[in-house]
Amino acid sequence: MSLLEVENLSIHFGGLKAVDNVSFSVEEGEVFTIVGPNGAGKSTIFNLISRFYEATTGSIKFDGRDITKLGAEAIAPLGIARTFQNIELFDHSSVMQNLLVGRHCQRKTNFLAHAFFLPSVRREEIEHREKIEEVLEFLDLQAYREKMIAGLPYGVRKVVELARALASGPKLLLLDEPASGLSVEETQDMAFWIEDIQKDMGVSVLMVEHDMGLVSQVSDRVLAIDHGAMLAMGTTREVQSHPAVIEAYLGREED
Amino acid sequence: MRFQFKTSYNDDINIFKNRYHVFWYALLGAGLFALPFVLGDYYVAQAIFILIFAIAGVGLMMLVGHTGLVSLGHAAFLAVGAYTTINLEKLGVPFLIALPLAGIFTGLFGAFIAIPVLRLIGIYLAIATMALSIIIEDIIVMAGPITGGVQGLSVDSIKLLGDWVSSDIFTVDLYASPYKFYFLCLFVAVLVTLLTINLLRSSTGRAFHAIRDSEVSARAMGINVARYKTLSFGISCFITGLAGGLLAHYLGHINHEAFLILTSIELLMILVIGGMGSVHGAFFGAFVFGMLPLTVTVLIETFGAPLGINSATFPGLSTGIFAAILVGFILFEPYGVNGMWLKIRTYFALFPLYRKDMFKRQKTYLKTERMR
Repeated sequence: MSLLEVENLSIHFGGLKAVDNVSFSVEEGEVFTIVGPNGAGKSTIFNLISRFYEATTGSIKFDGRDITKLGAEAIAPLGIARTFQNIELFDHSSVMQNLLVGRHCQRKTNFLAHAFFLPSVRREEIEHREKIEEVLEFLDLQAYREKMIAGLPYGVRKVVELARALASGPKLLLLDEPASGLSVEETQDMAFWIEDIQKDMGVSVLMVEHDMGLVSQVSDRVLAIDHGAMLAMGTTREVQSHPAVIEAYLGREED
Repeated sequence: MRFQFKTSYNDDINIFKNRYHVFWYALLGAGLFALPFVLGDYYVAQAIFILIFAIAGVGLMMLVGHTGLVSLGHAAFLAVGAYTTINLEKLGVPFLIALPLAGIFTGLFGAFIAIPVLRLIGIYLAIATMALSIIIEDIIVMAGPITGGVQGLSVDSIKLLGDWVSSDIFTVDLYASPYKFYFLCLFVAVLVTLLTINLLRSSTGRAFHAIRDSEVSARAMGINVARYKTLSFGISCFITGLAGGLLAHYLGHINHEAFLILTSIELLMILVIGGMGSVHGAFFGAFVFGMLPLTVTVLIETFGAPLGINSATFPGLSTGIFAAILVGFILFEPYGVNGMWLKIRTYFALFPLYRKDMFKRQKTYLKTERMR
């Protein structure tokens, strides 16, 4: 059984078919990438999976459970964490605070316990910080632990967002353009991290990315879409040489 | 220059970050304890007023400063807290039980109001809560049996243990024993502050901050935004309700005029002047708000007399100065008195390395607008 199964997924905004009849599955421990030209519907698929949009038809199954009708806030506790294309961090908090919010779905105490800061809350806070320590070390963020997000450079924010997603202890990581706006070196770091996330942590990754270097380096399988419809699925090489994909990116040669 | 070297996660979690912290707050505590023995009754009453508005400010701060929701209707919750406390006391419930009950009732009332109101955001939320404030004014006038209508209710002195133990030791009156009233308010203020700090250093408070900074992201992190907004409103109203109960006894006589929309606006101004998004801010703001009319009057009497200016020739001068200060803060110091305090503290902590642009607000990057 696959970790994530997307079947005949469609979303129509009026007459616009943003995603049309898309089916794919992400296996456990796999890096699965969705590629496609701008406006192809990649991020829309992400927003459907993280339940920000209501699907018109189709179903999404995670770990054998139908999540098509769940609320957006019910997704993280299941073990799906995501990042955003245009960084969505909490600007007026420190890196540590941001990662602690990432641990929100792992809390076991309620607000009354918090108000009196019972010993169980303190234990939990320490536990959160121990888990976050691992993530900070893994992504080399120790130097930024207490820094405010508002003062951090773009590249670091991108990594902090990845860290926040990892802090929640996910089974599936949704990365929306992890390399956009990053330098060549930073993209290379990102590629290594994604490989480690897959191999060492055993976390499956579903990714949207334009940088074909990164895509071919880390992806097990690639899905190409355009105008909301599936074009081709397979290894990076297969997809890149598929006539429909070439046509979507470069246009058709005039006969 | 001092460097904080953390050796355990507890250093990160504790309220007091280091020994200096403990020392300064101990000093503050001692000062607050000694205050009624040093100052005259008039100034003790002034201190009580400041404490009551600081409590209400801490309550409103939870909503506005920490969760990012504007409320122009908190006078309504002050009123609910005040009338609930008084009516419970009239039924024979001792003050020490009546006040928390009134707080809880106000909190539940606030949470109930929040369910429809919090579907609105920004300016629309402000308008809806403002409407609430106006409606409550009318309800107070109409609900005669509970509120005494236009005449209002006169409030007896506080009997901490009610009629169970009718000893003078447990009777608190603003005029007969202002110092007892002061310590009661101080106790509630400390309690409420601790409660707020505890919430803020655990996942509830972080969820509030998350909602303030990015709702989309908060939802993706598994935060139930609607539930946490309601919770924030409830906690905010709980604290404001406590302040209302104390305010009723401070005023001695309450009617609808004690809870006009102006009071709501004043509460919000306290936060802006004090500094949004900090617990300190509520106290700083309440201090400025409480001391300003007095200061202005003293200044006018001292310096105005030779020029023939007094409060009679310029009525509303105090309000005018208050407004000018408010505008000044919005223009020059968006983080309020607390911001000024932080700058001064940092200047001395880092001496001589302080740079002028240290607190300059950074440019923020583009955020996802698609899902709002």
